[in-house]
Amino acid sequence: MDSSISNKPRTLFEKVWDAHCVRAQTADEPGILYIDLHLVHEVTSPQAFDVLRERGLPVSRPALTFATMDHSTPTTPRQPDGTWIFGDAQAEAQVRTLQRNCLDFGIELHALGDPGQGIVHVVGPEAGRTQPGMTVVCGDSHTATHGAFGALAFGIGTSEVGHVLATQCLLQRRPRTLAVRVEGRLRDGVTAKDLILALIAQIGVGGGTGHVIEYIGPAIRALSMEGRMTVCNMSIEAGARAGMIAPDETTFAWLKGRPGAPQGKAWEQALSAWRALPSDAAATYDREVVLDASRIEPMVTFGTNPGQAIPVTGLVPDPASCESASERSTLESALRYMGLRPGTPIGDVLVDVVFIGSCTNGRLSDLREAASVLRGRKVRARTLVVPGSRAVKAQAEVEGLDRVFLEAGAEWREPGCSMCIAMNGDRLEPGQACVSTSNRNFEGRQGRGGRTFLAGAGTAAASAIRGRIADPRQTYDAGENAGPAQGPTNREEG
Amino acid sequence: MEPLRIVESPVVVMPRDNMDTDQVIPARFLKVTDKVGLGAALFADWRYHSDGTPLPDFVLNRPEASKAQILVAGDNFGCGSSREHAAWAIRDFGFRVVISTSVADIFRNNALRNGILPVVVDPDVHAKLVASPGATVRVDLEQMTLTLPDGTQRTFAVDAFARHCLLNGVDEMGYLLAHKDAIAAFEEKR
Repeated sequence: MDSSISNKPRTLFEKVWDAHCVRAQTADEPGILYIDLHLVHEVTSPQAFDVLRERGLPVSRPALTFATMDHSTPTTPRQPDGTWIFGDAQAEAQVRTLQRNCLDFGIELHALGDPGQGIVHVVGPEAGRTQPGMTVVCGDSHTATHGAFGALAFGIGTSEVGHVLATQCLLQRRPRTLAVRVEGRLRDGVTAKDLILALIAQIGVGGGTGHVIEYIGPAIRALSMEGRMTVCNMSIEAGARAGMIAPDETTFAWLKGRPGAPQGKAWEQALSAWRALPSDAAATYDREVVLDASRIEPMVTFGTNPGQAIPVTGLVPDPASCESASERSTLESALRYMGLRPGTPIGDVLVDVVFIGSCTNGRLSDLREAASVLRGRKVRARTLVVPGSRAVKAQAEVEGLDRVFLEAGAEWREPGCSMCIAMNGDRLEPGQACVSTSNRNFEGRQGRGGRTFLAGAGTAAASAIRGRIADPRQTYDAGENAGPAQGPTNREEG
Repeated sequence: MEPLRIVESPVVVMPRDNMDTDQVIPARFLKVTDKVGLGAALFADWRYHSDGTPLPDFVLNRPEASKAQILVAGDNFGCGSSREHAAWAIRDFGFRVVISTSVADIFRNNALRNGILPVVVDPDVHAKLVASPGATVRVDLEQMTLTLPDGTQRTFAVDAFARHCLLNGVDEMGYLLAHKDAIAAFEEKR
């Protein structure tokens, strides 16, 4: 590295970026950025491998490439004859294409049934492959998740997947930096998911465009690794391609002993390098926003983008109170799609389906949180619990969480993206309302005509019991609100 | 990549803000292993009834849309998923230019790599375009100018390298492969 660079106070992002510049950018040309870890899945890779074949190119660094399958894969159990029942023939062909590509190009693949299989953003960290200071990319916008470890991690398109396969590099312009400082402490019953939904509600779905976010402040430091992953995961929902959190003792404790993590003497060396990564005290950011964690309540979205979120105790906003015509029309079209009337308490919304899973909230701590709410109770809505990985599933079963879910009347599934993206057959029917722990409430995201209300795992589980959007801090008795709605609701209107 | 220099075409106007890539092409169309014919799935859930018959009033189903090469979209166009299928679908439908007040980062990159030029304009220019569906607009990448339906001309900014690649049909893979030695030297040094 250039010594003139190292004297200037730098942010975490700048340190990682500088250390990976094969060639710095100029006014006329972007920089060449070296990639340490390339995660691959079945949906965004087939056309990239085709380009390699057309050009007669090998994969440049197969050892830095790690593949799994998650989007198109079934979450129903394997058949006694060892086969899987796919949503359709196209999904099965896509999975087989990945298997063939990994075999042909010498890439480590965690296929269906493999103990290392699962959602790519869950299994990468689990395997210890994601490490502080790395550059991590994947043909998937939720690659931002890996920034929780102090890595620079971002989603890329399929053309770029091809670039990384062929050269281990990307052409990149250096993004701007945005510090999100979260002061105070989250209150009891408020989680990392609520924090990130509150942030996006504040800065908007385009608020981070062109920037890499660094999450700083005491409320961030107090988060577990899993909570940090939930926060970084949804950076893209604010428009930021990447979100990062400086590594600390929480990070190191989580990584230590994982198969992909350095061992022995190499671990000690890695630790000393990682301890130098946090932003220098005098480093500056292009922008900074501040949130007070102690004011955040459990959040839920009411609209069709992740910025349209309110506290679970709140009312559906009124388009009449919007300042601009474009805001008004955005809100009006969202409420029309969601079948909601302005001023309705969000807690009146009747729930048809609850989805607990995804790269945002499909980890062990999320399942424990849901199970603690569901234990000894019965669900009133169809409830799918989909672990983020096979390892999460196995550990949940060791802890008996699967029994809690099944006894509550929920479905306990095989790992995958499932109803977050509805590519594998797990989907909503038109008009159904779903409280979902996933990351996107876009129109049709969980199935054409489906209505998604994003929330944390505790809120989702409480809503499953209540049959309406619920406050996870309340205890709901069986039978409460079982009768017809008191006021206008989504179902009457829909 | 097919070069792009001048595009002169009637505009299709879709003024909604935050049109995400799940709207541009819903996830169920991502199970393909090629990129052929995705224009048919462009904005599928807004464009077709659930039985697959077209909604005649939807802007892309009007006869004039089939020849349009310029899409005028609302703010923060292409947010959400990194699916390049969104760019493939837009290009396959026939669009070469997307004009908005802002374009999401990953979509912008995907568009440029598929011969689509994202043009970011000020709200006043955008308002004029939104008010002129079907009117002809000329986009000159070499001069970086936009000629509006009223004949006035505005300049727009575009990254120098992106412009070079689009004007000359340069693909980035070849460019990166040409830096093989620098990459190897970097690996050696770390």
